[in-house]
Amino acid sequence: MIVADRKSLEEILTMVKDNKKILIAGCKGCVTVCNVGGLKEVEILASSMKIARKKQGTHIDIDINVLERQCDNEYVAGVSDIIGNYDAVISLACGVGPQFLSEMYPDQTFYPGVNTTFFGGATQHGVWEERCAGCGTCAINNFGGLCPIARCAKSLMNGPCGGSSNGACEINKDTVCIWDVIVRKKMDAGKLEDLIGVRGIKNWRTARDGGPRRSIREELVQGNI
Amino acid sequence: MSELKSGSNLEKVLKAGHFAFTGECGPPKGANVTHLKEKFQYLKGNVDAVNMTDNQTAVVRMSSLAGSVLMIEEGLEPNFQMVCRDRNRLAIMSDILGAYALGIRNMLCLSGDHQTFGNHPEAKNVHDIDSMQLIALVKKMRDEGKFMNDEDIDVPPKMFIGAACNPFADPYEYRVYRLANKITAGADFIQTQCIFNMEKFRDFMKKAVDMGLHEKCYILAGVTPMKNAGMANFMSRFVPGMDIPDSLIKRLKSVDKKDQAEEGIRFALEQVEEFKEMEGVAGVHMMAIEWEHRVPEIAERAKVLPRPVL
Repeated sequence: MIVADRKSLEEILTMVKDNKKILIAGCKGCVTVCNVGGLKEVEILASSMKIARKKQGTHIDIDINVLERQCDNEYVAGVSDIIGNYDAVISLACGVGPQFLSEMYPDQTFYPGVNTTFFGGATQHGVWEERCAGCGTCAINNFGGLCPIARCAKSLMNGPCGGSSNGACEINKDTVCIWDVIVRKKMDAGKLEDLIGVRGIKNWRTARDGGPRRSIREELVQGNI
Repeated sequence: MSELKSGSNLEKVLKAGHFAFTGECGPPKGANVTHLKEKFQYLKGNVDAVNMTDNQTAVVRMSSLAGSVLMIEEGLEPNFQMVCRDRNRLAIMSDILGAYALGIRNMLCLSGDHQTFGNHPEAKNVHDIDSMQLIALVKKMRDEGKFMNDEDIDVPPKMFIGAACNPFADPYEYRVYRLANKITAGADFIQTQCIFNMEKFRDFMKKAVDMGLHEKCYILAGVTPMKNAGMANFMSRFVPGMDIPDSLIKRLKSVDKKDQAEEGIRFALEQVEEFKEMEGVAGVHMMAIEWEHRVPEIAERAKVLPRPVL
């Protein structure tokens, strides 16, 4: 899923400091799962903002609405009746949400309430880790099912660098050296030969380097499915 | 001579069977050419080639390409270091051509320390290709006369290709295979990370020799003389991939502070003596970090002078 962290209350308050009536829009997708932009978090943010503004002596009206998914125009259209009622809208969806909203409602101002961080998952309660870089050419099967593009700090494709120490990456002792894991997995499986030789240079055209990407499925476009 | 790959002095020295002795020089944090040239003078005639580091520890400095050219102007041979952190494949190939055009004949291919260590931790890194792929790329440009995309190069760059090896990083069991991969990729010579744990290095070299790697590539053992116990402690704690045995730190601490530099040099000299006899070791890479002025003395006491003139 897409993982995000909520922006600080101070930053959000600064965004809407001149506004008197706002909507906080949550999303039932990834940000609900990673506990940053679902109903509960939307309610907490609304309460926190009201209290802060009351302390400042600048009352603010806040409504809340949690969309099924902000990355889907079908659901974004669902707020068309109310979206014009506000000075501004704070979206707690990932970076996709406020863009879909901005594109559908060009006269409204949408602020991002979260910082979208990575594609990943929860490794324990309250901890999420990156797993995928969305490079557009998945080859994790070559690396024991683990991705060095996303998980090696240098995206190395040919083994661990000289900074790998006791299973940790050189940048941080809390960051796993994924190449250490890959190598040990291959050795344990008796498949060291998979790591002998030079892996060729990656084609980054399918990644963000090739420009903004589009995925077209003709059968869906033509309405056959 | 026709068999030489680049014709660099370092290549000639190694090919002739001499025990190579290379040095290192960091470019300035500025455009202070005068200071750089002063450092060159300590190295001139005492080493076969000098590594010109490339924004080492991710701290921005004068470019290694410019530093290398300044070195040539002063009559020294550079080993032009290039990291993959700061350049994509276009810049890499362009700089290789530029380096060759300006007289550079040795290159050391590196991934590069992560930028979070340096003085611009907010920087975006590149890592379009990795060090292994860089080695293969320099070889392709040299031997096939082609760019990465297979287009022909008008006058290919003939580089003597170097790579790094850290026997002290993990997983240890894999390190010798990674070295083998670098040789397969096209490394002509290897400079190892600073060696302090001799016991481990002996084991590593035995493995490398057993695999015949020393017959395919020249392996230069990395030596850094410690200036004092504090430096040893610092490197042990903060420099990635360093393996500094407690026994060395104890040894340095066992003498008066004013004598610790001498003790550090003595340890380095003992290492050089052992490397001269160690099977598979073709030379020493002396990394006297910000201690270039001690290199003449170290070279003399290491009995590696005069350097061969070929």
